[in-house]
Amino acid sequence: MASFSILNGRVIDPAAQLDSVVTVHIAEGKILALGDAPADFTAEWTIDATGQIICPGLVDLSVRLREPGAEQKGTILSETRAAASCGITSVCCPPDTNPIIDTPAVAELIQLRAQKVGMSKVYPLGALTQGLAGTQLTEMGSLKQAGCLGMSNALEPIANTEVFRYALEYAATHDLTVFLQAQDSHLGRNGCMHEGAISTRLGLAGIPEAAETIEVARDLLLIALSEVRAHFGKISCAQSVDMLKQAQDKGLKVTADVAVHQLFLTDMDVCDYNSHCHVVPPLRSQRDLDSLRQALKLGIIRAISSDHQPHEPDAKDSPFMMTEAGVSGLDSLLPLVLRLAEEMDVPLSKALSWVTSEPAKILGIDAGSLRLGAAADICIFDPDYRWRLKADVMHSMGHNSPFLGWELGGRVTHTLIDGKIVYTYG
Amino acid sequence: MNIQLDKQGRLKHFLGIEGLKRELLIEILDTAASFLSMGSVKKVPLLRGKTIVNLFFEPSTRTRTTFELAAKRLSADVLNFNIGVSSASKGETLVDTLRNLEAMHCDMFVVRHNESGTAQFIAKHVAPHISVVNAGDGRHEHPTQAMLDMYTIRQHKGAFEPLRVAIVGDVLHSRVARSEIHALTTLGVSEVRVVGPKTLIPIGVEGLGVHVYHDLKAGLRDVDVVVMLRLQRERMQGALLPSEHEYFEYYGLSEDVLEVAHPDAIVMHPGPINRGVEIASNVADGSRSVILEQVSNGIAVRMAVMAMTLGALSEYKEGK
Repeated sequence: MASFSILNGRVIDPAAQLDSVVTVHIAEGKILALGDAPADFTAEWTIDATGQIICPGLVDLSVRLREPGAEQKGTILSETRAAASCGITSVCCPPDTNPIIDTPAVAELIQLRAQKVGMSKVYPLGALTQGLAGTQLTEMGSLKQAGCLGMSNALEPIANTEVFRYALEYAATHDLTVFLQAQDSHLGRNGCMHEGAISTRLGLAGIPEAAETIEVARDLLLIALSEVRAHFGKISCAQSVDMLKQAQDKGLKVTADVAVHQLFLTDMDVCDYNSHCHVVPPLRSQRDLDSLRQALKLGIIRAISSDHQPHEPDAKDSPFMMTEAGVSGLDSLLPLVLRLAEEMDVPLSKALSWVTSEPAKILGIDAGSLRLGAAADICIFDPDYRWRLKADVMHSMGHNSPFLGWELGGRVTHTLIDGKIVYTYG
Repeated sequence: MNIQLDKQGRLKHFLGIEGLKRELLIEILDTAASFLSMGSVKKVPLLRGKTIVNLFFEPSTRTRTTFELAAKRLSADVLNFNIGVSSASKGETLVDTLRNLEAMHCDMFVVRHNESGTAQFIAKHVAPHISVVNAGDGRHEHPTQAMLDMYTIRQHKGAFEPLRVAIVGDVLHSRVARSEIHALTTLGVSEVRVVGPKTLIPIGVEGLGVHVYHDLKAGLRDVDVVVMLRLQRERMQGALLPSEHEYFEYYGLSEDVLEVAHPDAIVMHPGPINRGVEIASNVADGSRSVILEQVSNGIAVRMAVMAMTLGALSEYKEGK
């Protein structure tokens, strides 16, 4: 395989707390050296990254590829290619495909198709219960062998506390992380936005904060009981953050991520029935948004996901309540993280850790760093490039973004996966 | 930008009361009055040659009929489409339905739908020459009902400023309540109260400029206008309320409770009424009840809204 070097770029590797202009040398698809090359190394060619930032390829904890089952919204080909074009080299997909990832066959099918495409690496999560129905455990051992990194019941809460406890204990038995999205089975089930003054004004059924916090509280108690490693995805409430902090202080093995749109939008943005702001969990209040940002700063929340859910145009073209929830998030992930670093006044390496080393740690994969010998999954971007997010420049098949029309900074110029250039801009 | 208004600030669509200024609401009332002052409303040729489509995705008799009557008194042609939500969900999307109707060269859609925001959605999607009038969208707004109530209040009370108004019942699910609150606060009444059990009062409703009461007698004390809301029977199944019997005991309007209100207080109800559930028969039929006047005023108010949104009024006024 080729040997080459990336020259003159500002290398940011959050895992190594490195932020300086050094040369990156790559051989055999792996990172060979940073700075001086070994004596026997000759670069067959080079990439000039002057004025650009070189960082580990992004790791996204929640990406719906839509295949199998909803190919009108996206396919493994379209979405892993889109992810790669956005600098995201590893994606984790929840089990709510159709068929559901509750058998090794489906998990293997997804990974095989993704490998055939050769774009972003795909890590599926297995279903915690069969059919996500919350009654019968899946064959977690076999799912793990088939490549599932963890177990999740996706958006379906497990109402039966006893089943839930056993599911957690069984996952712990197989040393699997459980990925939870906290939502009570009943409270706010018919809702479509944050319950508050705005839902009252718009006459839309609300989802109260308690729909999330009750579930977080219940889950934390069962996590303590079962001693499972657990991760809360897409936390939306300030009060959930407080509970997570308490649990972490007590030594519980719990981590959390937040969807990037929760860090920029609130329920105010739903006004005028903007269906692009129809998401689950719903966009909350400004107070929640501030608290989520603070939680990132303090390390209570350690990762940011795109919560990518591409849709065909029809899915969003109805009165608000009748539209499908979700944001097509791949295209805006990196630019929004850069903007967040600026707005929160945190070093870029810290902000990039939320989408590289930290999510990789949560998944337990060897990714998200430029460690010597690691796979050369690399994102090179121009931090100063200003552009406007428009449907026709989006890489994902889904153009459903509340950020359409926003001016964003930062444009991926090259993406490398296992040392292979899979995307170049222009 | 308010999509209800055109560039000159005139009414283009009538989707909700929120965001409309007082002068415009007064203009609607005055226009309705001009139709009524011709004795009982007679047929006028204002909308001759125009086609109005009643597009009802939710069953309705009263509202649809008064819209139809209003359109006919303005000499418009009327088409009625009653589209069951179930049949709509079988295939054709709302946008498809709109495109098909547009192809029939209509000038106005009068829309009722069970989802909040539908009127706005339709207004954003229709061809630019078409006006949309909201005949009720989910729990959001029912602006013509609010305006006919304002008309009735003005008829009986004259000025709005000194009035105290109580809206009683299922505010949570009520589009009438929301439109009414916006209309009353815009017209500058001295106080708007909402009265009901906690389960039927939506969170943050105080933000709309109302005072919340959970005790009916306290809420009705010294009010000049009582607006009773219809209680849907389905609400008994959703654990929101224990029974009709208990609801009537605590929130039903009886002669006895009404005594705490101002001696000249009027009683209103958007209909259809549930006797013995939210209102006692002797109150509904009693001397303070203006429920049937509301219905007749509804025709004139809807005529005013239709004529104004289709821009037919200026010519009419000049001709007069």
